Amino acid sequence: MNDQALVLGIETSCDETGIGVVRGSELLADAIASSVDAHSRYGGVVPEVASRAHLEAMAPTVRRALDTAGVALKEIDAIAVTAGPGLAGALLVGVAAAKAYALAADKPLYGVNHLAAHVAVDRLEHGPLPEPALALLVSGGHSSLLLIDDLARGVRPLGATIDDAAGEAFDKVARLLGLPFPGGPPIDREARAGDPGAINFPRGLTSPRDLARHRFDFSFSGLKTAVARWVEARERAGEPVPVADVAASFQEAVCDVLVRKALDACSEHGVDTLLIGGGVAANSRLRSMAEQRCAKAGVRLRAPRPKLCTDNGAMVAALGAHLVEAGVSASTLEIPADSALPVTTVSLHAGL
Amino acid sequence: MRILVVDTATPAVTAAVAEVAESGVTLGPARITVNPRAHGELLSPAIQAALTEARIAPADLDAIVAGVGPGPYTGLRVGLVTATALGQALGVPTYGVCSLDGIGAAASAPGRLLAATDARRREIYWRVYDDGAPVTEPAVDQPAEVARQLPQLGVARAAGDGALRYAEQLGVPVADEPRFPDAATLVRAACDRILSHAPSEPLTPLYLRRPDVATPGARKPVLR
Repeated sequence: MNDQALVLGIETSCDETGIGVVRGSELLADAIASSVDAHSRYGGVVPEVASRAHLEAMAPTVRRALDTAGVALKEIDAIAVTAGPGLAGALLVGVAAAKAYALAADKPLYGVNHLAAHVAVDRLEHGPLPEPALALLVSGGHSSLLLIDDLARGVRPLGATIDDAAGEAFDKVARLLGLPFPGGPPIDREARAGDPGAINFPRGLTSPRDLARHRFDFSFSGLKTAVARWVEARERAGEPVPVADVAASFQEAVCDVLVRKALDACSEHGVDTLLIGGGVAANSRLRSMAEQRCAKAGVRLRAPRPKLCTDNGAMVAALGAHLVEAGVSASTLEIPADSALPVTTVSLHAGL
Repeated sequence: MRILVVDTATPAVTAAVAEVAESGVTLGPARITVNPRAHGELLSPAIQAALTEARIAPADLDAIVAGVGPGPYTGLRVGLVTATALGQALGVPTYGVCSLDGIGAAASAPGRLLAATDARRREIYWRVYDDGAPVTEPAVDQPAEVARQLPQLGVARAAGDGALRYAEQLGVPVADEPRFPDAATLVRAACDRILSHAPSEPLTPLYLRRPDVATPGARKPVLR
């Protein structure tokens, strides 16, 4: 008999209905139903469309995950669910469902933080995370640098974006270049044929003056505008826009700032492990650049495979398993879905 | 047969246990809390409390009945995803009932009645009943538009929190009760299906409105 916790994880903070099953650090199932196609013509995720899709997808996706894992709901030891941050209406579908599964199966419920789950997912690939570690979490909704002293109990935010999230910048630049939503994958693809040094786009919050106040913060709004100005100037001059070069140069600017600041944080805090996660961590240039610069700086890089970087239920289950092992108390059936859940709150439990 | 009924289509978060037999519906312990902003927090604890008071475990349930709206979406989805997950986990059928039936079929006096709940944005969800049986489809409209249709529908009175709120515009007498969908009435609406062991139904919400979305327009220039 295996004594590691068997956990069902539910993720509905944005447009993916993700249901995962893990046993300890072993991934048993990672089922996803995505409503991304329904959002693509609007150029961004429409909250009500996402919420409606979560309701429809919930039971079939749970079924699929349990079947893939080859377990019955009554064998599950605990249910974990993303309680926040994210889209309020979307989160609520997952939280309400998780409570019902917990109530029906009489199992403990863990309402967990989406960002901490992005960190926890790496245990499924590379085993327990050495602590302290530095986490760079970048997605369409978040861009954060976190110091992980104890993933079960507290995460220290070092910095975050002061305007657009990194993934948001990819989406907006993709639209500018006539590429589809979400913008990350098409820009990554176009950039492979382009010259990352063709255009010197600005690196936000890297000047000495900005670093004094925002050393570990990010800004991508100015970069997005700089790309728009550059493209528009070309169009006005009647010249063709070199999409591959623009994509490569934009991507280089984003990745450069992300990796530079993450490694600066590692050195400032004497941390020798850097974890990257979130949808933007699936970007091939971010991964290769982080690998090269980490190797040079003597920092161990932990990058979960791309499918585990984007939103999924396995990451929520992985954090749930970590909390069970750490002896953190479970949540009650009264917990809310908190769209603005602070990153310092890893899980909602009695006493909070 | 032991039934759990839930409804979250209105500010009343409703969970109740009922006994259904050929002889009729007997309502057991119920938890009803009126709070338009906390469906997600309130519903599962309410179910748990009702089951505990009825001294039964979730596994003792034979079927689940849920009000499928119409209702404000976010709260409505809490009830439907909860009922769906419970049904799936317990392996029991789920049956959907129009939430307005819990008002229209509960009002006792004979004749035609308007059941209306608050749809926000100065609109109401509404349906007309004749001796407790629906004679129109559920709809969402401004109260003035509903008032315009009432004479030709032969409606002389109304019930429900939406009717109470817009009583003046509707121009018909509004009963004080029921304000919200009545649990026993919702179960009664599904009684035949429960007793005949009808197949489980997907609980599809009656949204009645499309999501508010706009396709993006042309790019705004950044150069002057």
